[in-house]
Amino acid sequence: MSVVIKAEGLSKRFGALTAVDSVSFEIDAGEIFGFLGPNGSGKSTVIRMLCGLLQPNAGRAELAGLDVVTQTEEIKKLIGYMSQRFSLYEDLTVEENIDFYGAIYGLAKTDMAARRRTVVELAGLEGRMEQAAATLSGGYKQRLALACSLLHEPKIVFLDEPTAGIDPVARREIWDLLFRLAAEGTTLFVTTHYMDEAERCSRVGYIYLAKLLAIGRPQDLKGLPEITPDGSHWFEVSSDDATRLLPELRRHPSVIDATIFGEAVHALARRGTDAAALEGYFRQQGDVSVQCRAVPPSLEDVFVTLTRQQRDDAKGR
Amino acid sequence: MFRGLWAILRKEIIHIKRDPATRFVLAIPLIELLLFGYAIDTDVKNVPTVVFDLNRDAESRRLIQEFVNTRYFKLLGEVHSDQELQSAIISGRAKVGIKIPPDYTANLVNGRRAQVQVIIDGSESTTALQVLNSSQQLGFLKSLAIQGIAPEQLSIDVRPRLLFNPNLQSANFFVPGLIGIILQLVTVFLTAFAIVRERERGTLEQLLVTPVSKGGLILGKLLPYTVIGFGQTVLVLLLMVFLFGVPIQGSVTLLLVLSLLFLIPALGIGIVISTFAQNQGQAMQMSLMSMLPSFLLSGFVFPRESMPLLIYLISFLIPATYYLEILRGIILRGAGIAALWDEAVVLAAFGLFFMLLSALRFKKHLG
Repeated sequence: MSVVIKAEGLSKRFGALTAVDSVSFEIDAGEIFGFLGPNGSGKSTVIRMLCGLLQPNAGRAELAGLDVVTQTEEIKKLIGYMSQRFSLYEDLTVEENIDFYGAIYGLAKTDMAARRRTVVELAGLEGRMEQAAATLSGGYKQRLALACSLLHEPKIVFLDEPTAGIDPVARREIWDLLFRLAAEGTTLFVTTHYMDEAERCSRVGYIYLAKLLAIGRPQDLKGLPEITPDGSHWFEVSSDDATRLLPELRRHPSVIDATIFGEAVHALARRGTDAAALEGYFRQQGDVSVQCRAVPPSLEDVFVTLTRQQRDDAKGR
Repeated sequence: MFRGLWAILRKEIIHIKRDPATRFVLAIPLIELLLFGYAIDTDVKNVPTVVFDLNRDAESRRLIQEFVNTRYFKLLGEVHSDQELQSAIISGRAKVGIKIPPDYTANLVNGRRAQVQVIIDGSESTTALQVLNSSQQLGFLKSLAIQGIAPEQLSIDVRPRLLFNPNLQSANFFVPGLIGIILQLVTVFLTAFAIVRERERGTLEQLLVTPVSKGGLILGKLLPYTVIGFGQTVLVLLLMVFLFGVPIQGSVTLLLVLSLLFLIPALGIGIVISTFAQNQGQAMQMSLMSMLPSFLLSGFVFPRESMPLLIYLISFLIPATYYLEILRGIILRGAGIAALWDEAVVLAAFGLFFMLLSALRFKKHLG
């Protein structure tokens, strides 16, 4: 595997605010890299620096061996970019938008016809070519944006929250499309807030308050020692009365942390705690419906724990 | 250098065809032309006048008629007291009050100086001045007639001759200047908006990750609006000649060539504004701000010669000042390139300055 995206100590400041603080990572060709973090943590800023839209204050980054600051123009031919908001021309039709980007990328007429067929088929835009972009649904807008960013067969595609605010079916379809691209050897750099999407990535990075806290394959992150420190265990606790569960668990002496996870609560408990003991504790309290089992931490547990530790560190200092 | 120019150009034309806001901007010149050409008439005629006649005989009625005959005064009616006369002027119903004292006829008959009081609302200086002149002239001519002196018998015969605008129509003064204002308005607004709209909608960010060149992007945006601005100049010129009857004394070709020259700084101002404004609201305010000096200080409305020194010096820094000289020179006085060379050179320098500034300000990345 060859490295196509490489960042070393990448930093960006906006006045007094440090948006990205010395972020380093390497991404291989053909990877789907999931970039996660709360809003305002610096995800978009990293993407914008990698695309040459913003200049880093410190550090450097390379795309396919090209420097993002000095070789921006060469890089632009290699990358596709889908920004967070729909940023195509709403008053133009689907076809006009595609043709415009084809012309901007300087595709020859013959290539253009073939490429247009390919991306239209890929994005499932047949039959919508005459429609004004403004009247497309959220899912179709994203498909159009993706189609436009793929016209020039980019090696690397940056997608900033490609599935934000669209329905689950459209979300699934966008991801099917991303897998097809990755299978063809395109490197994808995707930001998302959805944990199920993060689970599908070959590797994920988690950025919080401008710092990259963790990077790795989802299963490796779940095994990180700081997620389950000192022999502690993760338990999934469910009950008919889930609303009372969370405060009760947090009060329990052997529980380090607890968070709502779907219909249940995920709890991190100290070494030596077992599921039966926890269950027994609740039965004693009079809640007979409680069920408790040991589980591996979810990605969400990983990120919540990392965030909390970072926050505690910041307070401790 | 100009990569992506054609793509941007074609897209821009589609925007113009589909955007209702652009169409509105295109209507502005026509609205302004009709406003300035017709409604704003500084030619003073038919000033509303009330009469307080205490004399009340054939002689005083003849005097009133003579005032009316000058066409500067329009008789609204009579008032019957000084207070009534005052309130007619204060309320704005009348701008002039003529008071004829009870001994007017008696004085005339007995060869004494008869007095007539003309009270003028001075708040509108142009009107007041015109009324002042015509009432004094009326008194002067009437005195001569009573003395039995024909005007031809006066020792000095001053014969003013008005060149270029013999009837002193304000349309001849305003409409040529208006061409400059319209051209600047349309080009500054449209170019500023065309770029800021892309910034506001996020499409500029998308464009900036493509290999489109700075030159291609800017030129592709400018060319359509240059054509529109130029088309509007021609339209306004045609209306000026055929609707307002203001003939072009000089060379039409020279006028069009120098108009193109003026477009360069105007477009440059538009781009510079777009590099500062983050959204269309800001672009609108900045464009209006940039228009204000052109409107007030370029000599479009107020003669530059009568401005205070500081303001007069500032007016040299406004491109429209020079273009207005060119417009009035060619249209009204039939001036040729020899007479307008200085203005043309200054406009070219302004063009260079604003284009350089916009090239420096316009960056191919965000923030």
